[in-house]
Amino acid sequence: MTDTKSGTEPEAAVPVDPNVVSVTLNGRAIEAQKGELVIAAAQRHGVYIPRFCYHERMSSVGMCRMCICEVDTGRGPQLTPTCMVAVAPNMVIDTESEMTKNVQQGILELLLANHPLDCPVCDKGGECPLQDQAFSHGPGESRYIEEKRHFEKPIPISDLVYLDRERCILCDRCTRFADEVAGDALISFTSRGNETHITTFPDEPFSSYFSGNTVQICPVGALTAKPYRFKARPWDLAQQESTCTTCSVGCRIVIDSSRDEVLRYMGVDSEPVNHGWLCDRGRFNFESTKSADRVLQPLVREHDELHEVSWNEALAAAASIIEEAKAAGGAAGVAVIGGARGTNEDAYAWARLAHEVIGTPNVYSQMGDGLPADLLRLDRATIDETASATTIVLLAPDLKEELPVLYLRLREAAEKKRSRIIEFTPKQTGLTRHAWRSISYEPGSQVAAVNEALADAEIAAQLAKGDVVVVFGRANLAETITASVQALHRLLAAAPGTKLLPAFRRGNSVGALQVGLRPGAGGLDTRGVLQAAADGKIDCLVLVGADPLADFPDTELARRGLAGARRTIAVDTFLTGSSARADVVLPACAFGEKDGTTTNLEGRVSNVVRQVSPAGNTRPDWMIASGLATALGSDLGYANVGEITLDIAINVPGFDHVTSAALAASADGVLSGTPTAIWPVTLLEGTAPERNSYDLRLVISRTLYDQAVGTATSPSLAHLPRGSAVHLHPLDLARVGTADGVEVKVRSARATIVLPVVADASVVRGTAWLPWNNPGPNPGELIDCFAAVNDVRIENL
Amino acid sequence: MSRLNDANEVLAKEIIGRYPKARSATIPLLHVAQQQNGYITNEAIAHIAELVGATSAEVLGTCTFYEMFKMQPVGKYLINICTTMSCALLGAEQLVQHAEQHLGIKAGGTTPDGLFTLERAECQAACTEAPCLQANYRYRYRVTPAQLDQFLDDLADGRLDAEIPPHGVVARVRQSIPVDRGVGAVAPDEVHEAPAWMSLGEKS
Repeated sequence: MTDTKSGTEPEAAVPVDPNVVSVTLNGRAIEAQKGELVIAAAQRHGVYIPRFCYHERMSSVGMCRMCICEVDTGRGPQLTPTCMVAVAPNMVIDTESEMTKNVQQGILELLLANHPLDCPVCDKGGECPLQDQAFSHGPGESRYIEEKRHFEKPIPISDLVYLDRERCILCDRCTRFADEVAGDALISFTSRGNETHITTFPDEPFSSYFSGNTVQICPVGALTAKPYRFKARPWDLAQQESTCTTCSVGCRIVIDSSRDEVLRYMGVDSEPVNHGWLCDRGRFNFESTKSADRVLQPLVREHDELHEVSWNEALAAAASIIEEAKAAGGAAGVAVIGGARGTNEDAYAWARLAHEVIGTPNVYSQMGDGLPADLLRLDRATIDETASATTIVLLAPDLKEELPVLYLRLREAAEKKRSRIIEFTPKQTGLTRHAWRSISYEPGSQVAAVNEALADAEIAAQLAKGDVVVVFGRANLAETITASVQALHRLLAAAPGTKLLPAFRRGNSVGALQVGLRPGAGGLDTRGVLQAAADGKIDCLVLVGADPLADFPDTELARRGLAGARRTIAVDTFLTGSSARADVVLPACAFGEKDGTTTNLEGRVSNVVRQVSPAGNTRPDWMIASGLATALGSDLGYANVGEITLDIAINVPGFDHVTSAALAASADGVLSGTPTAIWPVTLLEGTAPERNSYDLRLVISRTLYDQAVGTATSPSLAHLPRGSAVHLHPLDLARVGTADGVEVKVRSARATIVLPVVADASVVRGTAWLPWNNPGPNPGELIDCFAAVNDVRIENL
Repeated sequence: MSRLNDANEVLAKEIIGRYPKARSATIPLLHVAQQQNGYITNEAIAHIAELVGATSAEVLGTCTFYEMFKMQPVGKYLINICTTMSCALLGAEQLVQHAEQHLGIKAGGTTPDGLFTLERAECQAACTEAPCLQANYRYRYRVTPAQLDQFLDDLADGRLDAEIPPHGVVARVRQSIPVDRGVGAVAPDEVHEAPAWMSLGEKS
């Protein structure tokens, strides 16, 4: 409007925020955000509009019509689905008018026309949005006298989820979740009109890693989870918020229990972490807590058999083993490995016991399958920063298999075109199809692959835009981390300012390292400890929830180490391959049985709660450390877990603001700071040799479901691992001269194992991929953990 | 083997090439599958899902939304008798009963020889010509019981093969226009007669 320009421009009294839209809600003026949906704006201002299909983490579809209200945009009041319409200036919204109420009652009458109203026998009854909203917004009476729809009920749509199509109100939440959020569109509406129902394709079950979320978001009782069916009524449940420690993402959960028994976990919508989602492994592995195989009493070995003893006897026995070891070979004759699966408090107590009381420098929380600890000193990105970065570079394992909810966050970033993903991988991953560039490499050639990518003008231009986050993890257990670390540093040098998200796997890896479960001066890491034990230099090996036979990626060394250590003390929840050989077994509390804090991969500290009584005679790890210190004539000085939290805040750099009060004040946890101490990490030297053309380079990585204790002792999950097999690219399969499904010999320099071969186009040509720790022959036998890479030859039987 | 055969797979890939997104070709490919087998098999759905990059469940959802995609085998001739208002007023129900007696099946069934499937249909948009029916979606108007008998006999004896192809051949819509039809960019001055394809549908 240049023609009105004059010397005295009127000054706006109040600067108008272009992102604020003024609307009237039930006669009250409110300020909404530009682009905000009416239903969301109303909720933010304390007015709840009933809904079934609308979900704030998914796109709106206007499927159920329940959120219809009278909205006036200047053309008079109109009935408008408020989940489909964004606020507009001067909009007048009436959620309480007579017309709105009439319509909502009519919609509910329609939704209930086919609903069986079997609430008394329905798991959802008591926490059911349909039930609740039928009471609050429904007509109370129905005019329908017609026969309702009938379906076989319920039908399993996956190993974990049952579907009752009679209860379903066709809101599209589960199907939208499967397609939009999880990327596994294995359930779909079929047929049309009155016949419409949800189904899977015949013989193709809803085998998503995220299927449990559909149960949580189902607004009726149509989807139920096998482990929870008919277990409890919602009004009998005791609930507390906690943090899942199955992997290092640290999803916020609610633990529901009844009669001192954990019955289910539900995801909590934590904005910086999990957005309400959980993976099925995290959601359902609570079953292991009440497994009959738990170690419930302290055990001491006598005449080559473990016998139940009292805690005092067990602690005295453990103390005398440590004293003897120290007397024989000095404090360095004692080694402590493990501790990454407990709480920060457990780790801190054990770190103090090991370093201060026992005095050994041979302490490490990672199991040889982790990352160099000094990565924590680099500029670390949060999950949010990663999922909103311009470029995400993956130098990591398959996140869908190892850190599933991080996979969901990054998948969303790519799907919504916020971020471009550049992936370097030795095998196609869940994110490959969402990656802007997916660059496959043969193990050992990471640096060459990165160099080649950096020479690509488009990739260089993409990285030059800045705001780059590298997700760095252990993509292959059958090689040392050296080449990957070199590739990482090459990337960091090429794109200055790049942040790092270290993809540690175990729940509290970061916390354990930061509070002190790391080598002291001149100390050994886990590989060093096992090697020293194999050489007879370790007189006492302490396993804190550690199972080297299952986790250490060189099974032969793990076996020799366990055999070579003169005496072994194990702190564990189950008798594993390793702890079953111990001389003293100290039974530990499981998740859900102890209080504390945990630290996720981005350094976020959040609380872990005790929801049920510890099983049997178990104790939390910190209490065991405390008791052992006392038996060794020392005193850690802790009477309860809160004192350790405080001690960590006082003594651990980066944790000074992580106090109980700060944790209580923030539902999303507290970000800890970067460690200040310099932790020397020695990487194994050595570059990968050329591959003999008859050989294939070995790639071994984890799958979500494996024989990990939490999975194997949860009946609902135990049968889900797919089993050990060697996967080859179909063209390599032809070259080897075998066929899909045939058993072959896989021979490395170390060992030969026999297992079936699978044709798998996601495997890079020239490599052979095996899943880690699956039922069947153990691929750990093939690995030499000191070799830069491992090659295998496939032979017909 | 009721996946798409080799020739149809080639055709399918050609059809997919016409769309910016492969999954847009889902419905045309379902037509190809129905044309091949007379109905849609689960194997064909899985094959189409592979080809267009969707899941089998998604293709199944699309397929079952449409009445004209049949998930079970149907006869060579699908007889749809309209029973909506105009036709109902002019004796559609008697026509259905007559057809049931003639064929020896109930509406919804298929004759044992696999020749006829009889269905009640919703409005076929020919109300002025009631009662009407369709055989493989080809109309017959103002049908009397006698005409119906004659029509069914003609179909059974193959006298209408030229007009009514077997079920699955939905329409003689060309997948591509042959070069010899003389279509393409033609300068207005060079147009002397109607293009060849325009007269194809007319009865000679």
